[in-house]
Order: sequence, then C-alpha cells, then structure tokens
Amino acid sequence: MGILVDENTRVVVQGITGKEGTFHTKQMKAYGTNIVAGVTPGKGGGAVEGIPVLNRVKDAVDNYGANATCIFVPPPFASDAMLEAADAGIEVIVCITEGIPTLDMIKAVRFIRKCGAVLIGPNTPGIISPGKTKVGIMPAHVHKQGGIGVISRSGTLTYEVVDQLTRIGLGQSSCIGLGGDPIVGASFVDHLERFKEDSETAGVVIIGEIGGTAEEEAAEYIDREFNKPVVAFIAGQTAPPGRRMGHAGAIISGGKGRAEDKIKALKSHGITVVLNLGQLGKTAEQVFKKD
Amino acid sequence: MKIHEFQAKELFRDFGIPVPCGTVATSPSQAVDGAKSLPGPPWVVKAQIHAGGRGKGGGVRLVNGFEEVEKAAGEILSHPLVTPQTGASGQKVRQLLIEEGLDIDKEFYLGIVIDRKLECPAMIFSEAGGMEIEEVSAQHPELVLIENIDIAHGLMPYQTRNFFYVLEPLPDRSVLQELSTIMTKLYALFISKDCSLVEINPLVITRSGKIVALDAKINFDDNALFRQKEIAELHDPYEMDELEARASEYNLNYIRLDGNVGAMVNGAGLAMATMDVIKLAGAEPANFLDVGGGASEEMVTNGIKIILSDERVKAILINIFGGIMRCDVLARGVVKAAKEVEINVPLIVRLEGTNVEEGRSILQNSDLDFSVAQDMEEAAKMVAEQVS
Repeated sequence: MGILVDENTRVVVQGITGKEGTFHTKQMKAYGTNIVAGVTPGKGGGAVEGIPVLNRVKDAVDNYGANATCIFVPPPFASDAMLEAADAGIEVIVCITEGIPTLDMIKAVRFIRKCGAVLIGPNTPGIISPGKTKVGIMPAHVHKQGGIGVISRSGTLTYEVVDQLTRIGLGQSSCIGLGGDPIVGASFVDHLERFKEDSETAGVVIIGEIGGTAEEEAAEYIDREFNKPVVAFIAGQTAPPGRRMGHAGAIISGGKGRAEDKIKALKSHGITVVLNLGQLGKTAEQVFKKD
Repeated sequence: MKIHEFQAKELFRDFGIPVPCGTVATSPSQAVDGAKSLPGPPWVVKAQIHAGGRGKGGGVRLVNGFEEVEKAAGEILSHPLVTPQTGASGQKVRQLLIEEGLDIDKEFYLGIVIDRKLECPAMIFSEAGGMEIEEVSAQHPELVLIENIDIAHGLMPYQTRNFFYVLEPLPDRSVLQELSTIMTKLYALFISKDCSLVEINPLVITRSGKIVALDAKINFDDNALFRQKEIAELHDPYEMDELEARASEYNLNYIRLDGNVGAMVNGAGLAMATMDVIKLAGAEPANFLDVGGGASEEMVTNGIKIILSDERVKAILINIFGGIMRCDVLARGVVKAAKEVEINVPLIVRLEGTNVEEGRSILQNSDLDFSVAQDMEEAAKMVAEQVS
C-alpha cells in the first residue's frame, strides 16, 4: 500500500538526457524504481543507462505501459511536458522543475485535472513509497518502510523530518513533496484523503510553511474527517513580511500566510504542532507510538 | 520583482490606461524644469521607491509654485524616506516623479492578484479608493468586490457589470464604458507581462469627467522574467541591500535580517526552519541564506564570504542536510573560504546526509577551528551560547 506509487508503478523520465535527468534516473533505478522509458524530443532511438529514449510520452504509454512520469524539463518547456504526459494518459505526474511561471501553472493544472491525472509539484522533491519505489530526487537512504505518511511543501526540510522519524524507528508509507510554488497540483487535503483510505498508514506528519492558506484548510479537514493522528510543523516563524523566502510560494502578503496564524489554526483544530524542528522526532514518537 | 511607480505608469500608457502627465527628475532643478513642462499648478512631487506608505512618510507633496517644487524635491532627495514599510533606517530616494495635480471627484480601487486557492487571477474593485485595501476589506468587506477570472475566457463583460450595478449613484454610461475598458486593458497587461500583482489606488474620476490612474503599482512573477526581458531591465539594484545584490550575482538566495547569527543552509524550507530554531534558542538570525539543493563548492565559499561581510555577525551556523548536495562539497567550500578570508567568529557545523563521513573528515583534517553539533537543536543551542 502507501499512496499513488508502489512497486507496480511504471515510470517514464521526461528530460532523461539532461544532466539532472540522467543523474536521478540512475539514482531511482538503483533504488529499484521500474523506469520503463525516457523521453527527450528529437533524441528518440538512443538509450540512457540501458533505458530506451523516445520522442513522445504517448509512445512510452502505448509501447512500454508507463503510468507515471518524473519531469526534469527546463522551466520554459515544463508546462508543455506536463500537458503532454496528462494527454497521453499518465496517471501520476511528478514535476521536479523549479522556476515555472505562475500563469503557465494556472493553465496546466486545469488541463491535468480534466485528464484525471494527479500532479505532484512543480518545484518538488517528488514522492517515495519506501521499500517500493521512488519517483523523485530525495536521498533514499534516510527513508524506511513503515506506517507514517509525510506531506510537505519543502525539500531538504522533509529529508530532515524523515531522518528524525527513521532514527526513532518510525518508518514511512509514502512521503510527498507538494512543491514550493504558489500554484501546485495537489494540496495537503488531496493527499490526506488518500492517506485516510490507505490501510498501511497509521498517522501523518504535515510540514507547512509561510504563504497561502493550505495549512489552514488542512487543519479544518483533519478536524472534520481525518481519523488518524497528525503531527504538524510550520517553517518561517521568524520570516519578515513581504519577502520571498527562497520558495516562490513562501511569502507573507497583506497580513496573510503568517506562520503564527497557521499554527493557531492547527492547534485550534486539536492538531499537535511542533514549534522546534529539533524536537519533531521526539514529539512524533509520543503521538504515534501511544497505541 | 517590483518596479517604480513611473515605470508602472509607462506600462499603463503602453496599454492605453490613462495616467496623469508627468516627468522624472533626479535633482531639484530638474524637478522645476519638469514642472514647467507640465500643466499646472498644482503639481505633485512623488518619491520613487518601492516601499509603500510613501505619503505617510512625507514622500508625496502637493505644491503650487516652482519654488515649492524645488524645496519639496530638495527635501525628499536629501534624506532617506522612512515609511511603515522601509524599516527605521528608511530608503534613499534617487528619483522623483513630478505630475500635474488633478481635481478629483471620485476615487476607486482597482487591482488584480493571483488567488492561490482558486488558482486564477482575481480582479478587485472597490468604491473606497485611496485607502489601504486590506483595511477596507477588514472593516467594510461589503465595499470590496472580487471577480475570479477564468484564464481561458479572460475578463468577461458580465464581470464588470457585477462591479458596476451595485454603485450608488450609478455613474454615467460613458463613465462605466471607460471603466470597463480600463479593466479589460489592465487584465491584458497583467497576463501579457506575467504580473503577480497590479494595483491602481486610487483610480480617479476628475471633475472634468476623465478617468485617470493616479497611482500605479506592479509586481512581476520572478519565474517569468526569462521571457519578459524588457521587464527584467526595469530592475533597480539600488532598491536592494548591498549584500543581497552581491549574493544574487552569485546565484545565492540571501535575505538580510536584523540579528547576529549568520546561517548557511541548503534548501529554502530547512533555511527557514533553521532561522526559527536559532530564535527559539534565544538568539536572532542575521540572515536567510539558502545555497540551494545542489550547491557547488564555489557557491558555499561565496556564501561564507557574504555572511562574513555583515559586520554584525558574531557566530555562524552551517546546517546542511545532504540530499542532492553532498556534504564533502560543502566541506571543501568552507575550507576554501577559510583560506581566502579570515573566519574570525565561532563556527558551528551540523552535517547530515549524503557523504557525511567524507565531509566531516575534510573539515577535521583542515586548519579550521569549528564545533560540531549532532542535531539541529544542539546546533542552535551552541550558537546561541556563543552570542549571548
């Protein structure tokens, strides 16, 4: 179990011949991910790491049975790559690319949803179901198979959290990076709904940050419908207003999106919030190992 | 990216959105020459800085004669302008916008932002113009009208009617037509220039019945600057902190803050969380510095140099969780920096993740004087002790 991807997932890598694409194809393959094909338009016919390179995503679906994609295409061409994947019938689209224009994403998310695909990212480390498959760029060795779901808006911060969980013996069912951009394919709530139905997942850690209201919406949903324990952390308690803190989505504007409001919303819905990241592991141990 | 009001108004002109007659000046005498070329008196002398609240800080003056223009220009240019958004030290004013003064009958607010939750542009219109829209929204939400725009169709005529047919008294037909045209043009500008925010506050109707954008604010999507070359050229480096400008040349994501603990971290989320633990340990971060998920040795070296250029820094915390970035690369970058500049403050290093053993041994086998922290909490405590 776990959500969205597992040992049966058949991955196509878009942008496989680029530096990042090739490097991470190697890493994913080493972890055991079933990469069935790569796509770089114009370079079809070649191979990377023994994986056939094709010109079109459609061919990867029709001839190699691809049902997920991992995209390493540069920002100007990334929305084209996402739309191509969705149109070809890919079910899970992971877009690693950072720096895609917001208006491109507004158009892309509509189309992808219409096609019935799930988009993870952009500007995400991807998704991993430890012990089964990894579709993304996260360091696999910090993960361990187990019962905790992780949903995050960040990259390295997620590795830190997962490492703390693994060290205290709490493995993970699936870990997902939502993406650091203002417009991303799915929200905390979308994935919480999936974790709710996943029998392997016993509890969830959500890692939010300043900007937007995704954490507040998650808080309401958890209170209303979610039946498993949740631990939350929000980065950016000391962030100054109006400044973009690395992630395009991490900006406090017009008094909205502040860490303290998010923490207050989560607490008011009865969710355990860790204020000091250094103590996340310990807190998770208390909350998740109770039963 | 932000631009100045006069630059935004030039874009408005390009898109056919009416703005007052105006000219840019960098000295009092230029300001007077400018005023001579404009209809008036009265004239308005406006400080051109990115921070808002200029009026409250005395950066916007209504004047009636050439002597007054010269005096106002001299005063604004001679000392930093402090507004609610600049911080206490203020921002030096290098350019002024001199404009004709207009006789105002009515003020509106008109803006477009991205609604992240609904994933679409949203146009905001209010008859309470000239005030902070956040305040109006908090106190009189009924006066703030919002239309979410479907990006496939653009702004539709019915949406402008939704704005208009609640106004009392209803303006003349010709005024409504003109307002509707301005809304359509503003949306065209927002989309074609990859804006993240456009704001006209106030959009005025003059006593002679003309509609004019009295102020103009535009922010652009940084991610789209690669395809907006002319917009990227409007960037004003003087608006940036000197260290921030240097850091951006090195492709480092650096924001200067008020504390004395310099921090270098890989990844934006972890960098924010590191600032937070520093504060929770009782110290204040001097900066946000994300060297990126896949930083090179050179970027690490430059990062250390930038941190040390801030004379308030009393200790440095390096927190790296190696994923794509390898700990040995980080270690080599730090050692190299120490050879090029003197690291004269305590250095606390917390390394974890890919190639951590190699990274630690590189640091240990160098001449570098540093302390090792086992985890983030310990790192923050150690650095807080150094500066207390």
